[in-house]
Amino acid sequence: MKGNLVLIVLLMTVIVFGQEISGDYLLMKVDENIGSDNKITVGEMVVKGRRGTRRIKSKSWIQGMEKSFTEYLAPAREKGTKMLKLEEQLWTYTPTTDRTIKISGHMLWQSVMGSDLSYEDLMEDTKLHNIYSAQVTGEAVIQERPCWILLLEAKVSDVAYYKRRVWVDKERDLVLRENRYAKSGKLLKTTEVLQVKNIGGRWIASRVLFKDVLKSGEGTEFVLESIEFNAAIPEYIFSKAALKKL
Amino acid sequence: MIPFLFKGLIRDRSRSMMPLLTVIAGVMLTVLMYCWVKGTETEIIRASANFSTGHVKVMSRAYAQNEDQVPNDLAYFGFAQLIARMDQEFDGMVWTPRIRFGGLLDIPDEYGETRSQGPVAGIAVDLLSPNSPEKEILNLDEALTNGRLPERPGELLISEEFAELFGVEIGETATLVSSTMYGSMTTYNFVIVGTVRFGISAMDRGAMLIDITDAQYALDMNDAAGEILGFFDDHIYRDKQAQAMAVSFNNQYTDPDDEFSPLMLALREQGGLSQTLDMASAVSTVVIVIFVVVMSIVLWNAGLMGSLRRYGEIGVRLAIGEEKGHIYRTLIMEALMIGAVGSILGTGLGIAFSYYLQVQGLDISAVLKNASMIISDVMRAQVTPTSFIIGFVPGLLATFLGTAISGLGIYRRQTSQLAKEFES
Repeated sequence: MKGNLVLIVLLMTVIVFGQEISGDYLLMKVDENIGSDNKITVGEMVVKGRRGTRRIKSKSWIQGMEKSFTEYLAPAREKGTKMLKLEEQLWTYTPTTDRTIKISGHMLWQSVMGSDLSYEDLMEDTKLHNIYSAQVTGEAVIQERPCWILLLEAKVSDVAYYKRRVWVDKERDLVLRENRYAKSGKLLKTTEVLQVKNIGGRWIASRVLFKDVLKSGEGTEFVLESIEFNAAIPEYIFSKAALKKL
Repeated sequence: MIPFLFKGLIRDRSRSMMPLLTVIAGVMLTVLMYCWVKGTETEIIRASANFSTGHVKVMSRAYAQNEDQVPNDLAYFGFAQLIARMDQEFDGMVWTPRIRFGGLLDIPDEYGETRSQGPVAGIAVDLLSPNSPEKEILNLDEALTNGRLPERPGELLISEEFAELFGVEIGETATLVSSTMYGSMTTYNFVIVGTVRFGISAMDRGAMLIDITDAQYALDMNDAAGEILGFFDDHIYRDKQAQAMAVSFNNQYTDPDDEFSPLMLALREQGGLSQTLDMASAVSTVVIVIFVVVMSIVLWNAGLMGSLRRYGEIGVRLAIGEEKGHIYRTLIMEALMIGAVGSILGTGLGIAFSYYLQVQGLDISAVLKNASMIISDVMRAQVTPTSFIIGFVPGLLATFLGTAISGLGIYRRQTSQLAKEFES
């Protein structure tokens, strides 16, 4: 409700002044497109490391922005490993040890399954407008799509990336490219959307290449195999007990 | 002539006592310093070789470039075949694979939830093979403070400091949380069977020791090892031989176009050890030079004072016709005798103190509290054959130089003035 009110105010500002498009408004549209409903996704991470390529398949149950449960399906070594995110807490369960371990502190900086994503990336609030203020710095064409270029600067101190530069599809409100920077201005990670699909009337990035610039290798490609919107997810899935039982 | 001069020195102690005490003190300190530096150098080599570098170490080229980060993702594949080949090609060497890793050791409570958790620096070595040299290399029987050594897979030794800090008991389960060589987070359960204290602060803060097969499974390093350590079978490091072996190996095995081809480094080529060892050698030389110079100055001064005191005696000797050169030579001869006796006594005392420090050692753990260097907490002197002769260099050289300089005054005496001097 509060979010909608802010969106209306921003929209009115755009209509009244007509001349300048607001970065914050665009960012809110991006967040709106991502949505906050229940989703069940199946996807594959293709990690292109220095010594070869690994494929890791997973299924995720996502409720809003705060809760998610992921089960790894392949390869055999990772099969049965599960991860539970409840707001700002993250647990992982491995069947070989039958232990549930809370991931905190410096462990959050570790790579997820050897990919270019860290646990900290997973923990991030996906509502960008909550943590960044945005300004439009230009326009560009990415994959034949006209885009706004937004520069995002953190409004809060506890954030993994102080600055981001995002290229947002003007029509679809979808981020097609992103660079993430440290406070010093050093480029840390890049994201490139390789394929976009319209699923259920919503534009979704179905193939995305993540690259940790500080890491060797060619990056991690995430391929979305299926997504089910407004899925019925039983509440018990988002509990620590489900890590062992499911 | 020599017995005559010797009698003179004994009967006139004021002539010999001060120079003798100076030489004894100087030689004793020289020997002690030499033994201490030698002991330190040996201890650094021993600790580094056993726990980190080996006498030579084989890694993949890519691993070697970032060795201090322990990049297991760049580990060497096919180490067993390589060891078999090296066994055939390099006589008198013992080869052993190791995996170093970092992580967290998580201790569960009765419900399987985290009770305590702390960072560990892990070493995986061949603990279970009957012919493994590791027990001897790591001196595990002595390092074990509680419990027993691992006898089967899934068993773990942790440092006593870690066990005390996190309240861990022998027999408890501990979960290692680490990264596989492909970067995935991994967890693996172990049973703690013993605690160890290596006497090396950098290790004792949070070391854990497991069998290499367990590490290969836990870290997904099938047929891979981060490092293959090579030791001379008599456990004595010979730098030239190690370096020559490394050159020969690298010529044969290292491929500049393949970053995962093996590369051998000798001990002193690793972790800045060459600077440390060169410095130890330089300190040894500087100590001897300083003692020669300082003792020469002291003995020169003693010689001058002796010349003043023996002014009349030398005058009489000149007056009765003894040649200046002869007097000069006898003074030098006397000085060399004092130097020899002082060197013998000083060396005896120096070796006695050094031997005490070799047996007892000096505990420097307080200054190594936060050290990351692999160095023993107890430093010891080392008595070597050289210790028995090193003191004679400053002992004889300083007495010779001191007397040779002060004795030059003899040549300035005018025989024509002697009668006047006697009258006054």
